[in-house]
Amino acid sequence: MNTQSLGHIFIDSLLINNFVLSVFLGICPFIGCSNKLSTAWRMGVSVIFVITVSSVLAFGTNLMLVALGAEYLRIITYIVIIASTVQLVEMFIKKTSPALFRALGIYLPLITTNCAVLGVALFQTAREYNFAQSLVFAIASSAGFALALILMSIIRERLELSDIPDTARGTALVLMLAGTLSLAFMGFAGMGAG
Amino acid sequence: MPHDHGQPAPSPAENMEAFLDGLWKQNPVFVQVLGTCPTLAITNSVSNAVAMGLATLFVLVCSNALVSAVRKLVPKQVRIATYILIIATFVTIVDYLIKAISVAVYKALGPFIALIVVNCIILGRAEAYASKNPVGKSILDGLGMGIGFFIALFSLGSVREILGAGTFLGFPLFGPNYQPWVLFLLPPGGFFTLAIWLMVFAAWKDRKKRREVKTMAEAA
Repeated sequence: MNTQSLGHIFIDSLLINNFVLSVFLGICPFIGCSNKLSTAWRMGVSVIFVITVSSVLAFGTNLMLVALGAEYLRIITYIVIIASTVQLVEMFIKKTSPALFRALGIYLPLITTNCAVLGVALFQTAREYNFAQSLVFAIASSAGFALALILMSIIRERLELSDIPDTARGTALVLMLAGTLSLAFMGFAGMGAG
Repeated sequence: MPHDHGQPAPSPAENMEAFLDGLWKQNPVFVQVLGTCPTLAITNSVSNAVAMGLATLFVLVCSNALVSAVRKLVPKQVRIATYILIIATFVTIVDYLIKAISVAVYKALGPFIALIVVNCIILGRAEAYASKNPVGKSILDGLGMGIGFFIALFSLGSVREILGAGTFLGFPLFGPNYQPWVLFLLPPGGFFTLAIWLMVFAAWKDRKKRREVKTMAEAA
């Protein structure tokens, strides 16, 4: 059993070990969805929702799998849980806010293959978090994903009109910026000791 | 003909093309920029990159073969779910295989082995290629893409390990006075290395295009 305090887990997964910038999870939507602030925060919010729900479900399922001695089914069950959660979120958003549904478009079903979602479920199992710890971990790491996405979209909106050499245009530039952001986030590492 | 459901049997040249596309022209990492998460996360040493490349290659070939084999049986509405389940099955196999072969590698790669499930290259090939092509060609496509991914991981891993630790596969390269450029082993180094590789590719393509334009202008 892991005995880290909840506050420590929160700061650790939000800033120090930010999912995008230092664990490298969810890079695809980070590159694909970060060209406009409006799409970025919507994507961020739906990912927070999906990760939180699927983390709770994965926690319950893992208890069941351990009780049955069927841990080898873990990857398969987790992916099914995530796919159905995404479906649920899709129906929910379609019903409550058709405008948001249209704005998210193709990116919504693609959350299924966002490795951050499966990553949270797998990490919380590997680190043997209890229920409260898993919940805090899920919320903080998905908020960290949203934070990185929003920061990146703000930078990219600013760079829209600037003069960039042809070779660096597109993904290479995004990766350069991500590297710089990641360097900046390494400054938070000192907070882990306290 | 009965095997290929009405499609003519692929010629050797076509097969070769299916294989070579993934290696270079459609390289999953450098050209399509897919599967970036494992590319960045586990390329801090050459040995990790090699292990990850081989694991992904295995899953890609097997899942392409199986997806292609069942492509006529699966209803359109549930195809993505079926593909994901097929992929997850092979990933579970790889997960246990690596644990059985080498615990050290298993510890180094950690949860990233399980995360092969959500590597978009694999689902992408299942949907874009294996679901429309016969088994043989799908296997070749999987091999090509897998080796292309392997090459990308290897080139990133080499740059990061040589600059970041001054070693290659654990052997020191520069003698005792080399001050390792640790940044390249840390997360920002991953981003920078991939960015540099992408720029090298873009510059190379640009040059080729300019040269083609020039020869066309000269011919005219």
